[in-house]
Amino acid sequence: MSIQVLYFASLKEALGLSGETVEPPAGVTTVGALRDWLAGRGRDRLTSARNLRCAVNQEMVGLDAAVKAGDEVAFFPPVTGG
Amino acid sequence: MKISVQEADFDVGAELAALRAGDARVGAVASFVGLVRDVNEGSGVSEMTLEHYPGMTEKALAAIVGDARTRWDIYDALIIHRVGRLLPCDQIVLVAVSSAHRGEAFAACEFIMDYLKTRAPFWKREATPAGTRWVDARDSDDSAAARWQEAND
Repeated sequence: MSIQVLYFASLKEALGLSGETVEPPAGVTTVGALRDWLAGRGRDRLTSARNLRCAVNQEMVGLDAAVKAGDEVAFFPPVTGG
Repeated sequence: MKISVQEADFDVGAELAALRAGDARVGAVASFVGLVRDVNEGSGVSEMTLEHYPGMTEKALAAIVGDARTRWDIYDALIIHRVGRLLPCDQIVLVAVSSAHRGEAFAACEFIMDYLKTRAPFWKREATPAGTRWVDARDSDDSAAARWQEAND
């Protein structure tokens, strides 16, 4: 399954990457599992980042949210607009 | 409802006039303008860069206005948020709400700002004499947003 992953702000800077298309194994069915799988492939900043936030298909969700093929999953630090 | 994420500056007077133009039901317009300060966390700030998540930002802002509409009897709302490079004294954000009476307009305007601060995907990076740094989220912003949930219980 193909998932579009996006990174923003300090996370994007630390990873040196604004996004990537990945093909995780079938066992990866939640945002948390996707994070752990990505961390194991060199994106270890994802597990060390403080207060990591995430979104699936542009909706803010928790790490227990489901992910499936074709989803857009974003990881980012707490927001600081306004 | 107008939601705009833009690099360009905005004219508060023109925006407030447009928000209520021709609507004689409106008895109150409340607005908030956020500005770039030249100091933060004890350091001088010479400029700021605002990043966002295109697509999600607009959806999140529209959802916040939708939430405000379910809580208060308001007629219209407006959010303009700038992105890109900004300097001290520059305008960052405008939130405005129209309603029949001031209570709804004040409350909805404050609610939209509090939720924007914690739910809309914007990130500030500031330039200080020691270099550039990403602005940390404040606990006080989380508690400001949380009190609306308590108020709703």
